[in-house]
Amino acid sequence: MRGRRRLFSGLNFALRGGDLLRVAGANGSGKTSLLRILCGLLSPVCGKVRWCGGDIRLLCEEYWQQLLYIGHAHAVKGELTAMENLVVSCTLAGVNVSREQALEALSRLGLAGYEALPVKILSRGQQRRVALARLFLSEKIPLWILDEPFDALDAGAVDCVQLLIAQHLAHGGAVVLTTHQEIKIDSPQVQRIELDSRVN
Amino acid sequence: MFTVLRCVIYRDLLLATRRWADVLTALVFFVIVVSLFPLGVGPEPNLLRTIAPGVIWVAALLASMLSLTRMFSADYADGTLEQMLLSAAPLGMIVAAKVAAHWLVTGLLVVLIAPLLALQFDLPQQLLATLTLSLLLGTPVLSMIGAIGAALTLGLRGGGALLSLLVLPLYVPVLIIGASTVDMAAAGLGTEAHFLLLAALLVVAAAFAPWAAAAALRISAE
Repeated sequence: MRGRRRLFSGLNFALRGGDLLRVAGANGSGKTSLLRILCGLLSPVCGKVRWCGGDIRLLCEEYWQQLLYIGHAHAVKGELTAMENLVVSCTLAGVNVSREQALEALSRLGLAGYEALPVKILSRGQQRRVALARLFLSEKIPLWILDEPFDALDAGAVDCVQLLIAQHLAHGGAVVLTTHQEIKIDSPQVQRIELDSRVN
Repeated sequence: MFTVLRCVIYRDLLLATRRWADVLTALVFFVIVVSLFPLGVGPEPNLLRTIAPGVIWVAALLASMLSLTRMFSADYADGTLEQMLLSAAPLGMIVAAKVAAHWLVTGLLVVLIAPLLALQFDLPQQLLATLTLSLLLGTPVLSMIGAIGAALTLGLRGGGALLSLLVLPLYVPVLIIGASTVDMAAAGLGTEAHFLLLAALLVVAAAFAPWAAAAALRISAE
């Protein structure tokens, strides 16, 4: 429910380790709202989100320790360098990273040589890569929620991120994502939710 | 947990050094507002000495408020705030770190420059220490109360004006106690009680304000 508009109702699903959930739907159908509800940033008008049986509104930090959310906004600071941004976002998520690890994550997304530049002079796709570099350092976080992760990325970077998501699934992690692009992720357990954009 | 605290303070200070114009605005504002009074009131030493504590305190209050709107708005706009809300560390802790950084780049500079500006008012030397100490205890309270206001008005249209209406009345107790500390010292009376009151305000604000601001942020970010 956003304002007086009902976006979706009667939604019920469960995710297990190794599951990939793809949320599809037209613009404005509530994909981002659904992801924000799953994160606990938005409270649903009715219904509950449970993590390992417990309500996420009560678990709070305990749940957020096991969650990685990359939203529509890049959450990177233009004035900071790629390296500083990555270290800060990892520390906030409770993942301690060394300089070498951060450097390796950035170079795997093709940002080697850019790590000491302020992010505001990088292109939009490169800024997205800085945000996504966190994924390389977050293998231990079981649940990834990614809002339009492939937005503004070129084909090479998309393949790289998809490979990473496939690896995470193979290691027993769960991933929820929205995208308008075709995804080529080899996973036996793909669920799909199609959100209707009709105004109810 | 303390890694996060250190990391956020470090990040905000780093951002402040890269956006030093923002920091300077508040400081220059403070200097100019304080300097306007001797120019406007005229060179009457007794009058200037009497109004000095009040003027400096009010200017410090306004300077602190000037930079409040920026405390969370940039993080809100670029999505960093969402990451903070979803952090593994308690949100109150992160807010406390942001408040500390805000104080270091506005409050502390105001405290350091205040004795210099007080010379324009011919304030006796023994009162300079009292003034500085009262500001040192009082300005962190301003940043903490301000954080609650900034969190509540986050993302609102015309939030800046609303923020001042919300926060200025709450600043009044700090202003009264802070300015009268210097008055008491000028009258040759003991200032211990006033300093203790300021310290008490600081302790109470430090204990509650970060959590109140954290709760307000969760509401504003929905």
